[in-house]
Amino acid sequence: MSLTDTMSPGMALGIHRTMVRIRVFESRVEELFKAGKLPGFVHTYIGQEAIAAGVCATLNRDDYITSTHRGHGHAVAKGMELGPIMAELYGKATGACRGRGGSMHVADFSVGMLGANGIVAGGLGIAAGAALSARYRGTRQVAVGFFGDGGINKGTFHEALNFAATHRLGVVFVCENNQYAQFTSRLRTTSVEDLSVRAAAYGIPGITVDGNDPAATYRESLEAAGRARDGGGPTLLNMETYRFGGHYVGDAEVYRASAEVEDRRRADPILRWERTLTEEELMTAGLAEAVWAEAEEEVSAAVRFAEESPYPDGGTALENVFTRVP
Amino acid sequence: MARRDGTTRRMTFGQATVDAMGYAMREDDRVVVLGEDISWGGNFGQFRGLLDEFGPDRVIDMPISEAIIMAVSVGTAVTGLRPVASMSFVEFTLGAMDEIVNQAAKFRYMFGGQVSVPLVLRASDGVLRSSAGQHSSSLEGLFTHLPGLKVVAPSNPADARGLLRAAIADDDPVVYLENKRITAKRGPVPVGDHVVPLGSAAVRRRGSDLTIVTYSVMVLHAEKACSQLAEMGIEAELIDLRSLVPLDLDTVLSSVVRTGRVVVAHEAWEFGGFGAELASTITGQAFDRLRAAPVRVGAAQAPVPFSPPLERAVVPGSDEIVAAAREVMGLT
Repeated sequence: MSLTDTMSPGMALGIHRTMVRIRVFESRVEELFKAGKLPGFVHTYIGQEAIAAGVCATLNRDDYITSTHRGHGHAVAKGMELGPIMAELYGKATGACRGRGGSMHVADFSVGMLGANGIVAGGLGIAAGAALSARYRGTRQVAVGFFGDGGINKGTFHEALNFAATHRLGVVFVCENNQYAQFTSRLRTTSVEDLSVRAAAYGIPGITVDGNDPAATYRESLEAAGRARDGGGPTLLNMETYRFGGHYVGDAEVYRASAEVEDRRRADPILRWERTLTEEELMTAGLAEAVWAEAEEEVSAAVRFAEESPYPDGGTALENVFTRVP
Repeated sequence: MARRDGTTRRMTFGQATVDAMGYAMREDDRVVVLGEDISWGGNFGQFRGLLDEFGPDRVIDMPISEAIIMAVSVGTAVTGLRPVASMSFVEFTLGAMDEIVNQAAKFRYMFGGQVSVPLVLRASDGVLRSSAGQHSSSLEGLFTHLPGLKVVAPSNPADARGLLRAAIADDDPVVYLENKRITAKRGPVPVGDHVVPLGSAAVRRRGSDLTIVTYSVMVLHAEKACSQLAEMGIEAELIDLRSLVPLDLDTVLSSVVRTGRVVVAHEAWEFGGFGAELASTITGQAFDRLRAAPVRVGAAQAPVPFSPPLERAVVPGSDEIVAAAREVMGLT
């Protein structure tokens, strides 16, 4: 099957651009964090770009996603501007959450990004709720709940699948199976090797996908989101990928061999996608270079925006605990 | 009692909540209800008849999976609906603590005010006929501790209806605690558009010797205690807080500065309870006017036991309020 059977050339290039923007953004975040510019700690999405880029390319602007502690990639792919994300990571007043949330709580409800969530699998039931709400309001919006191979062992994963399946809700559960739950290999903690089989318990389709191939992530998400939109109920997509960095920036990574990491880095999903696009004669070396350069420029602008922005005033710390207090 | 259209009907606390739900659901089609057994009217009849009137799209039976009840409530609340979630017993909310604490309570703040979470969590609390350790607790102290949650605990059918309407209309998450022992109590209820605003306490009895600050079922015990105290020549002022967060501190302090003596009472555990917050705040704000240290009444520091005499030994009632009042009056 040729690539253009799966997606248009414009879509293929758009996904590439999203992947590159995420990679450049996250690489810069890593540098900034190591330079002590960012408070807290950060979990980067490097290596997993084909998932956010491929999945979000199948969604409309008003569709919903719920994200994870490793959420910057989802935020970018769902259409948030880089400046407010970066400013949020700096803890600045111009951040997407006015400096109240930081890296793990980036959100922009105006583009359907219902929040990065620091609680493992914390977004899955919320995605099911968003889908229930969409059905009640008759909008045909779809909700995607991103989670990881750590999240698949949480009770909330099972509760969310059961509820969404019972009501045939328009949810796509996307497991970003990056092989490690924090510092522990999923193989040491999980009863099944192929995570997609857990869908069977809830009578919904479960599909294992090459999560490093945008053609695959896009194709499977397109089908699952279409089914969700048409009232066909939820799908579990087990997208196999690999986390290039540690659990967070600064993780000593004593739990995995460096040879394993190097091996996986050689199969970089962005370079692989560039090879595919070149073979399909959709991309030239010059075009690829321009995409990277443009992303670098955009990220630099986001960093400038963040650095030039003020910190929030301490006097505003009690704002928005409530919407309204009598 | 305020009643805009002048109509009052006698009904139970439970019926008053059904009436409030029906009114809110007729008024606003964004209001949906989801919880355990609600098609059948709920454990205490607090949803009776709603399915027939509003249908299964708005009255949604949930699995006994508390986390999903709360998560779905949060998900619907941030995407345009106004869910009322129900868990039969307040202990069941513990299975949804992540969703209550980390999601519902924090979303608005953590996301910089870009979203509100207009949901109500209804749960039955308190002791009823030897329900034992896991079905008898009063956990308001867990909820009042958390910034971002509002907490109400009505004591009578009129407030049950008025506060539930205010809670549903509020844009923030509200924990609505309905005590099991008062669910079947009857009283006059203003119907129609009547609302009891969050954060407004009610003075149930005037008195000049001491102030009793309480809420929920303990108001009934306190009323009985006030009668007993009156026979002893002690006139207590009785304040029913109704709403714990936001708290009507003005009403409390304006009474305390007159009486100079205060008893704080609740059925929840005394140690580390909401009463400790009240006693401390009152002491801090009215220290010069106090003639005695505030005295607290609450459950003894043990899980609620099953056997009736043991249950009675742990959970306070009117006798304990009378004793506390005499203590604060210096009569013991």
